[in-house]
Amino acid sequence: MTNDTLNAIAALVPHGSRVLDLGCGDGVLLAHLQQHKACTGYGVELDDTNVHACVQRGVNVLQLNLDLGLSVFADQSFDVVLQIDTLQHLRNAETMLRETARVGKTGIVAFPNFAHWPNRLSILQGRMPVTKRLPYQWYDTPNIRVGTFKDFEVLAEKNGLHVTDSFGLQNGQRVDTWPNLMAGTAVFKFNA
Amino acid sequence: MTVHAKPMIATPQAMHFVEPLALQSGAHVRDYSLAYETYGTLNADRSNAVLVCHALNASHHVAGVYEGQDKSEGWWDNMIGPGKPVDTDHFFVIGVNNLGSCFGSTGPMHTHPDTGRVYGTDFPVVTVEDWVNAQALLLDRLGITQLAAVLGGSLGGMQALSWTLQYPDRVRHAVVVASAPNLTAENIAFNEVARRAIVTDPDFHGGHFYQHGVVPQRGLRIARMVGHITYLSDDVMNEKFGRELRDTVVGSATGYKYSTQDVEFQIESYLRYQGDKFSEYFDANTYLLITRALDYFDPARTYGGDLSAAFARTAAKFLLVSFTTDWRFSPARSREMVQALLDNQRDVSYAEIDAPHGHDAFLLDDARYMNVVRSYFARIHNELVAGVAA
Repeated sequence: MTNDTLNAIAALVPHGSRVLDLGCGDGVLLAHLQQHKACTGYGVELDDTNVHACVQRGVNVLQLNLDLGLSVFADQSFDVVLQIDTLQHLRNAETMLRETARVGKTGIVAFPNFAHWPNRLSILQGRMPVTKRLPYQWYDTPNIRVGTFKDFEVLAEKNGLHVTDSFGLQNGQRVDTWPNLMAGTAVFKFNA
Repeated sequence: MTVHAKPMIATPQAMHFVEPLALQSGAHVRDYSLAYETYGTLNADRSNAVLVCHALNASHHVAGVYEGQDKSEGWWDNMIGPGKPVDTDHFFVIGVNNLGSCFGSTGPMHTHPDTGRVYGTDFPVVTVEDWVNAQALLLDRLGITQLAAVLGGSLGGMQALSWTLQYPDRVRHAVVVASAPNLTAENIAFNEVARRAIVTDPDFHGGHFYQHGVVPQRGLRIARMVGHITYLSDDVMNEKFGRELRDTVVGSATGYKYSTQDVEFQIESYLRYQGDKFSEYFDANTYLLITRALDYFDPARTYGGDLSAAFARTAAKFLLVSFTTDWRFSPARSREMVQALLDNQRDVSYAEIDAPHGHDAFLLDDARYMNVVRSYFARIHNELVAGVAA
């Protein structure tokens, strides 16, 4: 996560929030929220190396498989549930979205926007995109759910989520004009 | 990290308590001793103490070796020592042998001060809570009011957990490894098989075998064999032993002896060896007592089974670790504790280590496991240095 991206996401989290970060990676965002915004909470992560990195950082981390659900978390037990670059790795992406809304008062989701113009260009040329944002070949990508900014709007509506803010992120900068075309990352903030 | 060429020398000590200790059962023990060892140095404000609680077959000899005995490493020597995950260059580590054990603290093989006879089965039933109370008294005498951390695996993890419930203001961190908030029916069942093996051994003599100059070794062997099976995983047993035979009989097409009594498979040989070894040093009454303590432990019991309600008392920060192939204290049991801590908004980290070794993994050197514990204790040390403890 670049500093710009981290700051853009952190800006969406209110001061003092109780935060659950699903797929928290090495815990850098949670550590930032703890230090700069007086947040508390937990990260969930599956990867051993990342779990260790979180412990080193002093971030509460729970080694759980998100595809097995969020049953250990009580309803509405967090102010903010983050899914930053997590959704695209989940088999049950829709279930996890609903679970996010159950567990958190607010959800913040960010994922690679497949409709970003360089990706469209690549598809037009007949090839799956391989970019800085989507650096994998089609046959070995961990991104098993590829979707677009617009796709998420549809999914959010289908699940009755109230999107309170949405924008694109490109080079760490907020993109409000044509985000589905102009941004490599889609960001949504919603309430259940 | 400092490289230490010489092994740390451990010195067993004993502390005597005259005052009776009130046990959960209503009984008392008086004039008892606790065997213990310490490693590292207690700092000036006495804030760097770490208590290590032991499981069924272990003792106060947690780390280091005894002077002049090269192969006498403590049972958790890979975890605790200078430069190790629980670094005795930073922490003052205490190992205590529990009451009723057979490694130095007062137990069933000692003399009952009221009768002048050996306790035997008259040694009162002790619980995890009783052990923790006794450990707390020892810490009082050592002048330690608050632990930087309490650490334990399996039954030791239950004691660590119990510390956070019985003495919430005396524990800053609890590290609970391969443990559970209580035993399942299956687990109690295994304990019962072990106990029946012991008490039905004709050499048991109702627990007063000491006077008869015998030891119920047959029962102890079987108890240990059953236990050992449950500490391993199917995979690791297959990998280690498979269907290998100890000796292949020449002239037999299958290699079998076609006997029902002989040791033929390697796994049989291994279990018998483990059983024999164990029966030579472990006390039968201690085995009964410790398995019972395991059975009884259930902090949620007085809260109608509501673990979250029970954990409301906790104030410590937690690190929980489980191992994927541990079916005796499965990850699901650790997740129950995680959930109860989440319900109380406690600080908790949880590592679920994908290790093949079953329950035994908590004593082995898995790099991921060791690293997580090392980093967690490094954090505790950083807090100490930063003065958070004070």
